[in-house]
Amino acid sequence: MSVLTKQAPGAAASLAAGPPGRRTRGTARRRNQRSGYLFLLPWFLGMLFTIIPFFASLYLAFTDYNLFTEPNFVGLANFQAMTEDPRLWQSLKVTFIYTFVSVPISLAVALLIALVLNRGLQGLAIYRSVYYLPSLLGGSVAIVMLWRYIFGNDGIVNSFLGLFGIAGPAWVTDPDFSLSTLIVLNVWTFGSPMVIFLAGLRQVPTMYYEAASIDGASRWRQFRSITIPLISPIIFFNLIMQLIGSFQTFTQGYVMSGGTGGPADSTLFYNLYLYQKGFTEFEMGYASAMAWLLLMIIAIFTAINFIASKFWVFYDN
Amino acid sequence: MALLESPPTSATKPGKPAKQPKQADPEDALTGTRGTRFSRHLILCLVGLVMMYPLLWLISSSFKPSNDIFRQLGLWPDNWDFSNYAEGWTALNQPFHVYLINSMIVVVFSIIGNIFSCALAAYAFARMEFTGRKLFFALMLGTLMLPGHVLLVPQYIIFSQLGWLDTYLPLIVPNFMATNAFFIFLMVQFMKALPKELDDAAQIDGCGPFRTFLRVILPLCVPAMATTAIFTFISTWNEFFGPLLYIQNQDLYTVPLALRAFMDSEGQSMWGPMFAMSVVSIAPIIGFFIAGQKYLINGIATTGLK
Repeated sequence: MSVLTKQAPGAAASLAAGPPGRRTRGTARRRNQRSGYLFLLPWFLGMLFTIIPFFASLYLAFTDYNLFTEPNFVGLANFQAMTEDPRLWQSLKVTFIYTFVSVPISLAVALLIALVLNRGLQGLAIYRSVYYLPSLLGGSVAIVMLWRYIFGNDGIVNSFLGLFGIAGPAWVTDPDFSLSTLIVLNVWTFGSPMVIFLAGLRQVPTMYYEAASIDGASRWRQFRSITIPLISPIIFFNLIMQLIGSFQTFTQGYVMSGGTGGPADSTLFYNLYLYQKGFTEFEMGYASAMAWLLLMIIAIFTAINFIASKFWVFYDN
Repeated sequence: MALLESPPTSATKPGKPAKQPKQADPEDALTGTRGTRFSRHLILCLVGLVMMYPLLWLISSSFKPSNDIFRQLGLWPDNWDFSNYAEGWTALNQPFHVYLINSMIVVVFSIIGNIFSCALAAYAFARMEFTGRKLFFALMLGTLMLPGHVLLVPQYIIFSQLGWLDTYLPLIVPNFMATNAFFIFLMVQFMKALPKELDDAAQIDGCGPFRTFLRVILPLCVPAMATTAIFTFISTWNEFFGPLLYIQNQDLYTVPLALRAFMDSEGQSMWGPMFAMSVVSIAPIIGFFIAGQKYLINGIATTGLK
């Protein structure tokens, strides 16, 4: 730009106001350009550190890599082996049951409590804190270990049931019940979607409810026709995030079962099995293939949700 | 100054303005008669009590002799026993404060890394014009949803070839590369709410982009940085998978790995000490939660952060 203006001095008169302004703007923009990239430098490095492993793991999924010898290309062998691997199917089953039971329950509880809290009660901040705190602790080793003892044979859950003359099952060691303790743990952490729901509910203008109640709409009708549509984007957001998060559960299964996924693989979460394959058996090609399968599953569920959202999520603008 | 302060508040507290009219609203007061309001409080208190019970039981059990722990459902110990803490502190290879210090090292560097790298990236995305900004921003949002396990195997290989296994570098260094898109997004939202005139004024006063960022924008972003710091603290303090993968040397264990080691030495006599150390391990989280509640709640309300 500057070269051009220097070479055409004759045109300067007619463009007197133009070139200098354009020139400074041009250099400023270019400087901005450069510093923009400079600011993003750490992020670019991070992206390299994301994109390269992303494609490397796609490649490894088609190899027999084991960390110690060079990877050999094996085509679809890993994926074929996966279809015949009973533990893989078991881990999918565990993860699906966990997700599709605990996510709807915790979202429903979160919404319900948020609705009650949103009624202008005194002490909102205290309730909100009490309900939110567990969601910060749910993933910690201390709490999962605590859960193990709470649901233990002579833990407090069974002692409590005993007060009513009910003999509770051996929650942790019975394969039929072990996963349910972790579902309870996940529901216990409903506080974080609840806080998001609360923020959304406060955005709903009160005049809508006033107008509806003047028209004689019942509470239920108001909930269904005003609240749900207006916070549907937030329900959608919570649903997606909870789904993605719970598909990737690891710590709960690992700590509850001491790393095995037991009893009888009943807490063998997908990522726990992936960890066992990749980092205790060092079948890293297989583990990469598993990682890509889960990525596909998550992508498909997210896509389904996005498509379905057209029919129930209401966007104001 | 009032002008400067208002955008951050509106950015972090989206719900606040709507709250005022709601509470004063006579309609709402009508729906809550004394009786229904009382029953609502009753239900909420009961739910809260059920939710808090495991935590309270954990704390009280840490003060009970191991033999009493499962005999008593009640929260108040019959026999106070403080020896669990002393015993738990020395039960593992190293005294427990070694693990606390190890965790602190990882946490402090992760916080520094996240704040700096994410604030830099957020400033570029929120307030600068350059070719490819939109594309990069979309890419950044894409990584928000990318499940981390896909990158796991290659990243492990890279770290092991760098000779970083059994060091904290794999846990710390990625945080210096703005790999946590959540925090970038949070700060972008925050910075976009600041008036554009600030940058122009700083530029007229002769500030380059970096000085504008450091002297003008960053000081106004303290709430967003506080949110980032608290969330980083909690997630790093809790993190189990990364340390499990990269730390084999027991002397380098972080708190979650150390706690896990209690389960290997499981036996009735160890329950008390284990619960005591569990309390020690979650106390900082509860402390930070109480101190930084405002930032936490606002943070997750604005970005849906967990």
